[in-house]
Amino acid sequence: MAHAPSGNADNNATEAFLQGGSLRHAPGPYFGSFGGRWMPESLIAALDELEETFEKAKNDPDFRAQIADLNKNYSGRPSLLTEAKRFAEHAGGVRVFLKREDLNHTGSHKINNVLGQALLAKRMGKTRVIAETGAGQHGVASATAAALMGLECVVYMGAEDCRRQALNVARMELLGATVIPVTSGSQTLKDAINDALRDWVANVDNTHYLLGTAAGAHPFPAMVRYFHEVIGEEARAQILDQVGRLPDAVVACIGGGSNAIGIFHGFLDDPSVKIYGFEAGGDGVETGRHAATITLGKPGVLHGARSYLMQDDDGQTIESHSISAGLDYPGVGPEHSYLSDIGRVSYEPITDSEAMEAFRILCRTEGIIPAIESAHALAGAIKVGQRLAAEVAETGSGTAQDRIVIVNLSGRGDKDVATAAEWFDLLDKDSAESEIGKEGEQL
Amino acid sequence: MSTAQATSKAAAAIDNARAEGRAALIGYLPAGYPSVEATIAAGIALAENGADLIEIGIPYSDPVMDGQVIQAATTEALAKGFTVRQVFDVVAGITSKTDAAVLVMTYWNPVVRMGVDEFSRRLAEAGGAGLITPDLIPDEAAEWLAASDKYGLDRVFLVAPSSTPERMQRTVDASRGFVYAVSIMGVTGARSTVSTAAKDVVAAAHAAGAERVCVGLGVSTAAQVREIAEYAEGVIVGTALVAAIRDGGVDAVATLTKELSTGLTREDA
Repeated sequence: MAHAPSGNADNNATEAFLQGGSLRHAPGPYFGSFGGRWMPESLIAALDELEETFEKAKNDPDFRAQIADLNKNYSGRPSLLTEAKRFAEHAGGVRVFLKREDLNHTGSHKINNVLGQALLAKRMGKTRVIAETGAGQHGVASATAAALMGLECVVYMGAEDCRRQALNVARMELLGATVIPVTSGSQTLKDAINDALRDWVANVDNTHYLLGTAAGAHPFPAMVRYFHEVIGEEARAQILDQVGRLPDAVVACIGGGSNAIGIFHGFLDDPSVKIYGFEAGGDGVETGRHAATITLGKPGVLHGARSYLMQDDDGQTIESHSISAGLDYPGVGPEHSYLSDIGRVSYEPITDSEAMEAFRILCRTEGIIPAIESAHALAGAIKVGQRLAAEVAETGSGTAQDRIVIVNLSGRGDKDVATAAEWFDLLDKDSAESEIGKEGEQL
Repeated sequence: MSTAQATSKAAAAIDNARAEGRAALIGYLPAGYPSVEATIAAGIALAENGADLIEIGIPYSDPVMDGQVIQAATTEALAKGFTVRQVFDVVAGITSKTDAAVLVMTYWNPVVRMGVDEFSRRLAEAGGAGLITPDLIPDEAAEWLAASDKYGLDRVFLVAPSSTPERMQRTVDASRGFVYAVSIMGVTGARSTVSTAAKDVVAAAHAAGAERVCVGLGVSTAAQVREIAEYAEGVIVGTALVAAIRDGGVDAVATLTKELSTGLTREDA
């Protein structure tokens, strides 16, 4: 909320829309004062090659047909838009629709991006892809795309994450990938990115770095968004088809911000749609143990982009904390920093407790176990729904049922069962799962 | 290269070496490893034993261009509580006792955080020659170009085997003091041989108009120094010196520097 008071969000957006035209398809490298290429010279040629290949591919009907075919016949798109009627009772009684990215092959939105980038790697003649991963979702998706397209795959993963996500490590290995535990620095996701960059510098001739989020140096933020734009395009068409009008609000969770930018993009030029990004508030932003980058960070450069960043007074990156490994990143994509600064999107923190309560509610009301990342968006939807309902009550215009919120349900929660079971105290104290859950909870 | 070379401390140090018929030796040490005092003492030892320029690294949380030896050193320095402003104490401590040109090597975010102008002002005040910036390319350097002009600081950008002719020209044009030629596609760390790519990078930089090109990454022995001194104006040694201070303290730095400097004299000189 620090940079985007929600009351002004749609007014500012309207202004931006009227003055500057469309907010969609921002090409990079800059999003306002954010983005760019804060990278070693050694990698600039590879970024140039990637940018050129991507720009050509975007305008190539064959490439677009390949993507469309993979999306439909491999990932299972379009993903459903499901109305969550019983869940909605907890959100002030507004209508809530879930964009079901959890139903994609591999269980999250991540597949959209890895298929696109793996195709680009093939176009560039690269035979090897490398990726970073936190909990393992992007690593599994990358290993999947590499297996499908016959590419060698190496995944960098913090040593501690490898231990507590042993099953995801096994999944990646089953898919033929090599998982390298990262022992440098804080041994977390950001250090996995550092080691992937070190690998890339040394092997750039035959290797593509398959970055998993809409962050990093140009062209990654604009390119990763492009591959996820399908989420927002589908959701917009589906809500128009099912309800006959645009939603009042669209909400998503934000780590690096790839699922969010994907769904937001479909609605950026609709001034009547309020857009909300929910960051990981961890133990609470006042405790210092969180990953609320936009809410509390300051602009800086990390991993190739200028963006909001969790850093100390010396510019050293601060370790983030969240129950959700997928949101546990001290940076954020530069387009989100820009959308916050111009007031088009409101960014707010959701604590671990709020997210887990929303997780529980969705399980019990809809029969859907969400990823803990997505549970942050659900908790946000509850808040937004209640605010919309309060507005309705105040103005006396219509009923809460006239208000519509779309939530991007970015992934399924199978991977989080141990963590959730521990959180809700469902396990015998000395079970193996209890041990795993304990570690997960300490994320 | 840019104007104002007359005031470039790095260029002057390299030109002095050239006048003696040899290449310049540039030694790297991370600030605060194993302590701020030891870095100052080791920097003085570098200068007294044959180094013409000294490169002081700022320990940073995310050093993507560094290999394991330097990562371990800078991680330890941070764990012991190193703060960025202490780098100015290190620079002042060395420049007050020696004639060596002292450059600071830093990833860009600590400079951004302090403010580019403020950082530059304090570096100049401490007697520093300028900055080596491994993750800042001239394309993103508008603020630094202005501040380095304002305070008369050298700006050393990197060129790599992968740099296109256009990027080589742009980087050479933006640099002052010298151009840092990355010898290999990779991160810092000792290697048994110098890549053949190094010679080509130096030739490309010279062709783009660079008068002073120094080669770094992977250089650890006097024999490698000798090889590079044949075609470059300077040779940069990092990891080997960090290993020396780690294993043998300031004395080991002095001994290694003396040994490395035997490789500087060109055979045709």
